[in-house]
Amino acid sequence: MIQDLSPVAIPAEDEALRGEVRAFLDQALRDVPADVRARSWGGADAGFSRALAQRGWIGITFPQEYGGAGRSAFARFVLAEELLNAGAPVSMHWIADRQSGPLINKFGSAGQRAFYLPRICRAEAFFCIGMSEPGSGSDLASVRTRAERTGSGWRLNGQKIWTTNAFNCHYMIALVRTSGTAEDRHKGLSQVIVDLSLPGVEVRPITDIAGDTHFSEVFFTDVELAADALIGDEGAGWQQVTSELAFERSGPERILSSIVLVDSWLDFLRADPAAAAAAAPALGRLATHLATLRAMSMAITEKLTRGESPVVEAALVKDLGTTFEQEIPVLIADALGADPDRPVPEVLWRTLAFVSQVSPSFSLRGGTREILRGMIARGLGLR
Amino acid sequence: MTDDMLTDAFAKLLAEHCGPQVVRAAEAGEDVSDLWRAFEDSGFLDALVAEDAGGAGLGLTDVAGLVLAAGRAAVPLPFAQTMIARAALAEAGVRAPAGRITLAAGRLADGAVTCPAVPFGLVADWVVADLGGTARLVDCAAATVTATGVYGSLTAAVRGPATATVEADVDWAAAGAAVHAGLLAGAMEAVMAMTLDYAAQRNQFGRPITRFQAVQQQLSVMAEEVFAARMAAQFGLRGPSFRPGRLQAAMAKARTSEAAPRVAAVGHAVHGAIGMTQELDLQLHTRRLREWRSAHGSESHWNAVVGRALLAAGDTGTLDFVRAEMFPPL
Repeated sequence: MIQDLSPVAIPAEDEALRGEVRAFLDQALRDVPADVRARSWGGADAGFSRALAQRGWIGITFPQEYGGAGRSAFARFVLAEELLNAGAPVSMHWIADRQSGPLINKFGSAGQRAFYLPRICRAEAFFCIGMSEPGSGSDLASVRTRAERTGSGWRLNGQKIWTTNAFNCHYMIALVRTSGTAEDRHKGLSQVIVDLSLPGVEVRPITDIAGDTHFSEVFFTDVELAADALIGDEGAGWQQVTSELAFERSGPERILSSIVLVDSWLDFLRADPAAAAAAAPALGRLATHLATLRAMSMAITEKLTRGESPVVEAALVKDLGTTFEQEIPVLIADALGADPDRPVPEVLWRTLAFVSQVSPSFSLRGGTREILRGMIARGLGLR
Repeated sequence: MTDDMLTDAFAKLLAEHCGPQVVRAAEAGEDVSDLWRAFEDSGFLDALVAEDAGGAGLGLTDVAGLVLAAGRAAVPLPFAQTMIARAALAEAGVRAPAGRITLAAGRLADGAVTCPAVPFGLVADWVVADLGGTARLVDCAAATVTATGVYGSLTAAVRGPATATVEADVDWAAAGAAVHAGLLAGAMEAVMAMTLDYAAQRNQFGRPITRFQAVQQQLSVMAEEVFAARMAAQFGLRGPSFRPGRLQAAMAKARTSEAAPRVAAVGHAVHGAIGMTQELDLQLHTRRLREWRSAHGSESHWNAVVGRALLAAGDTGTLDFVRAEMFPPL
């Protein structure tokens, strides 16, 4: 059964981080227009990531011995909330900070931790995730990319696709088959760290629906990996991947992807009392939903700080949160179009158009709506 | 007692005294004073009254579980309203009248108070009529109490002589909304439990209908709405005193009211025709979901309250507004 979620408070020492981060962001993003900030965690800027790293804000939950700050999931919650709310370009380090680093810390060898984690914290190692393949989307266990043992390590062949930011990244953590065939499903899958500068790796960017280039195809042709490319246990890839899902799915990035658009609309309404009066219920609804989702996300964060892995609860929050993120551009487009004679600032139009165009991805990335609802059904004991 | 122990004790009382037959009896106009006596004897009605005034001195956070439990059991009496009214009156130094006290919006004209839609009006002894800024206590025994004509509904129109102003420092509209948010969340939990139970037993095409993805996905959506409603309701009933925060109550009532028809829809879709019968208990809850959604304002009313407050909040952004107003330090 799914566990109850009850209200929790952010510990004062973690909440205290907010002011510092806010002051930095106010300065750093002062001249960045809303339609650029609306890229949210899709916006990439290595210089910005390095500036965060200098302040100790990458790998904040990693152990101090590896360059992290050894702080709790709530510290990361506050930091992430501030970065997303401001529309900071965090894409370069986001995956390493959220997922790859914690994975290496949990399953990696002492040598792997010592090599990768300090580099992540210094914004010198950017990571991408190699999951999807042309024939494997939601059915992830059917991956065919294969790593075969050689005398000195592994030989990698195959293809990944929809890999966010691969052309900017130094490393990919790929889910690959190390034994058996696609019919063996979850058995025989492993995770390997691939240095994307190695011979035989080819990255081809893909342009998206909004004209941006953030995801890519990655081809592996006889890529020779060292023995220590394997992370965790051989054959344990599936368990390792799924154990991290609660971290990936419950955070503020599943609630705040459209928040820059909301605030742009709010600025517009405040300047126009007639439009504001008509829009108050719709605007208020966004606030009541945001409040409820934030409370749920915090409740899951609290479970994470206690070492629990609330995977089903996280799936529930992600489905609700991404639905909310997707409703925002639909609702704002209708509100702005309700009075076609009223001029709308161009930057608001561009922000709205961008979020509208990319919003379908909110419920695709990190597990589709249908997969999440299947997980919830399992949590309810239905399957 | 921790709030869990409190809730467990109250749930036990309800299991003993408030089965579906008691709910049906109240709806049929029969005497349910045994249930009220059980509430009186238990001391729960004075839970929010300050200790120096003879109560338990608890806050809304402590009793949120009780309100949700009352919703789960479809308690046909204004239990939570009486709890809050007693605390507010005690703080104002007014002796609370004996009996069942409910809350409603009203208006004052020609020396009479008129409340067109009083939740639990048919079973209440007193109404705290919120006139917008001030409030009056109306004695139902001296008032004209008119049923709405809606089948099974306990809501009534109440028109009675105006007594003195109730000098209590409480936002009665927020209190009514917060109480109903808790009742809604509890009723939705009950609908979900019944629906999961039924779906596991019902066979079609040679297997339980829970095996069908189309059914699973609907039940998952229902669970999402129930969990969101439960969280929002707990924010409405939060704090160390009996006094709900206006914007927290708004968040709670708006989110639970929005969830209510969705949860009712899935509950009925999964139950099929049997869910439409009087015989099945499902209707005791789904009728209440629809009625309570509108009681003390629907989601549009409370979303507008929040929206106007956000618009008026200077240049504060949406997330900062939400953090400041709905997540105040406890």
